[in-house]
Amino acid sequence: MSDLKWAIEAEDITIAYNDKPVVWDVDLRVPEGVMMAIIGPNGAGKSTLLKGLLGLIPLTAGQVTVFGDTYKNQRNKVAYVPQRTAVDWDFPTTVLDVVLMGTYGKLGWIKRPGKNEFFKATEALDKVGMREFADRQISQLSGGQQQRVFLARALTQEAEIYLMDEPFQGVDAATERAIIALLKELKNAGKTVVAVHHDLQTVSDYFDWVTLLNVRRIASGTIKEAFTPEILKKAYGGRLSFLEDRNGCPDTLEE
Amino acid sequence: MSGIFSDFTLRTVAMGAAFLGITSGALGSFAVLRRQSLLGDSISHASLPGIVLAFILIGTKSSLVLLIGAAIAGWIATLFILSIIRNTRISSDGAQGVVLSVFFGLGLMLLTFVQSKPNASQAGLDKYLFGQAAALLPEDVRTAAIIGVITIICMIFFWKEFKLMSFDPVYGESLGFSARLTDIMITALIVISIVTGLQTVGVILMSSMLIAPAASARQWTNKLGAMVTLSAIFGAISGVLGATLSSLISNLPTGPTIILCLTSIFIISLLFAPDRGLISKLVKRYRNRFLFSLQKLLLDLYYLEEKHKGTSHAHDMKTISLIRNRQGNIHIALKTLQSRGWAEQTTAGLWKLTAEGHTEAIKIQNGGRNDS
Repeated sequence: MSDLKWAIEAEDITIAYNDKPVVWDVDLRVPEGVMMAIIGPNGAGKSTLLKGLLGLIPLTAGQVTVFGDTYKNQRNKVAYVPQRTAVDWDFPTTVLDVVLMGTYGKLGWIKRPGKNEFFKATEALDKVGMREFADRQISQLSGGQQQRVFLARALTQEAEIYLMDEPFQGVDAATERAIIALLKELKNAGKTVVAVHHDLQTVSDYFDWVTLLNVRRIASGTIKEAFTPEILKKAYGGRLSFLEDRNGCPDTLEE
Repeated sequence: MSGIFSDFTLRTVAMGAAFLGITSGALGSFAVLRRQSLLGDSISHASLPGIVLAFILIGTKSSLVLLIGAAIAGWIATLFILSIIRNTRISSDGAQGVVLSVFFGLGLMLLTFVQSKPNASQAGLDKYLFGQAAALLPEDVRTAAIIGVITIICMIFFWKEFKLMSFDPVYGESLGFSARLTDIMITALIVISIVTGLQTVGVILMSSMLIAPAASARQWTNKLGAMVTLSAIFGAISGVLGATLSSLISNLPTGPTIILCLTSIFIISLLFAPDRGLISKLVKRYRNRFLFSLQKLLLDLYYLEEKHKGTSHAHDMKTISLIRNRQGNIHIALKTLQSRGWAEQTTAGLWKLTAEGHTEAIKIQNGGRNDS
């Protein structure tokens, strides 16, 4: 364990909306080069924690470092994939245009995307299998295609860390397979992936690390360490009654 | 028309309205896409007390002074709205509604108070309610032109940022862009363009100058650049048309006339736009329904003929209608099948499938099975 390098280190993170804590005193350490799932029941503060790490909402307490430096200084190393439903897909623009937005961060203010950026965006579309959709109006996309576009947009950032909010929410099976293959490819290239996830059945297939969250951090570690029946029960209460046996993952959690 | 525009006043008015239409139309696209339509309405209504107070305090009716008053009041109203949203549980439309009515009520009260005074210098302040383009001076037009140029230069420079922060502000912030800064820039431009339009269109209807051209333009295009351009063109056309009409016909207030022109463009766009228009949607829906009923009829004929294999394949129209659940005339549907070469009529007037029709029916049947 001691040879692990931390991609993200967050200490004592507390986030409150209107004085109500949504995330309470959470420590989170993500080692470099892993795929980590953040799981927990509805309202556990998973998306909020992700946004807090990115500085998108103010932290009531705590601090975040990315590769040992402040997030602000390391912004170019982090790519965010928001929930697909966070935007209006009827916005008048094309698929390529949305993907190009991923290059805006490195461009900075005023400077416009050029040949290089168009090349990167087309390449990213290729990776998610959407190249022929480049000129498509975004309102014509299916849920899975929307998610692929968002992933392509993040890929153009050429980041080291990918923070994804529910990337498999409401997508078709083919897209889910395509996305997970891409994420594994990123991991093999040494990148770090953290995804808010809600399908407990696939956690051990898709990820190698897991953090269980229910306002507080219940557990965090490798699948073997942290994805156990006792810990899951602690995170979800007695409400779990599914889980088939898969790769040593718990079979039932009934009361 | 060219004869009309040689008139000096009219040319001034038309040019002023054109600049105004271009600025507010182009900016309005962002207001609409950012769902800030009501914000424009609040700002323009809220500028009324600023106009009257500026007159009371400074004692002049110079348009520059009054419009600076309007801009300050509009900006204060915007800050109020933003702080209400941030600090209370009142939603954004609630906050905008409250601020709009409070400020406008205050403005009307001050206006009534000023007008009840015996001295005659206050006459004409009420022109700001509905606008009076005929009162535009060449320097007003120059101001409108300068503001228009500044707005468009800002849009060209910050095009990428405005687009990003209108589509996905949270992601934009993760890239390091400041949502606060783009918000302030866009809102400030909206305030300025509203204020320039007050003389021509008036506080009550000014926000339509932002929203109506943009909403119309959205109907015709799926590209942001085209939408902004088209919206500016719609704004300019309505501005020139409305201002000219109101100058030619006495006692016709400019604001409502311009807005009526805009409304006509909007209705046309709503109905006739090729993809998003209501009529095109209806036609599409009807066509789909008809296509579906054709397929159904083809299948019915197919089953009928399968059932009576070996005997005569052809059936009369009555038998065919009997096995169908749907009531109504199948004559047209049969004729369409015939024109596609899928069905034919025997000399006795009976209907049967052709060989192609038979293959087509099997294809549909298989397609249906694969889908389910």
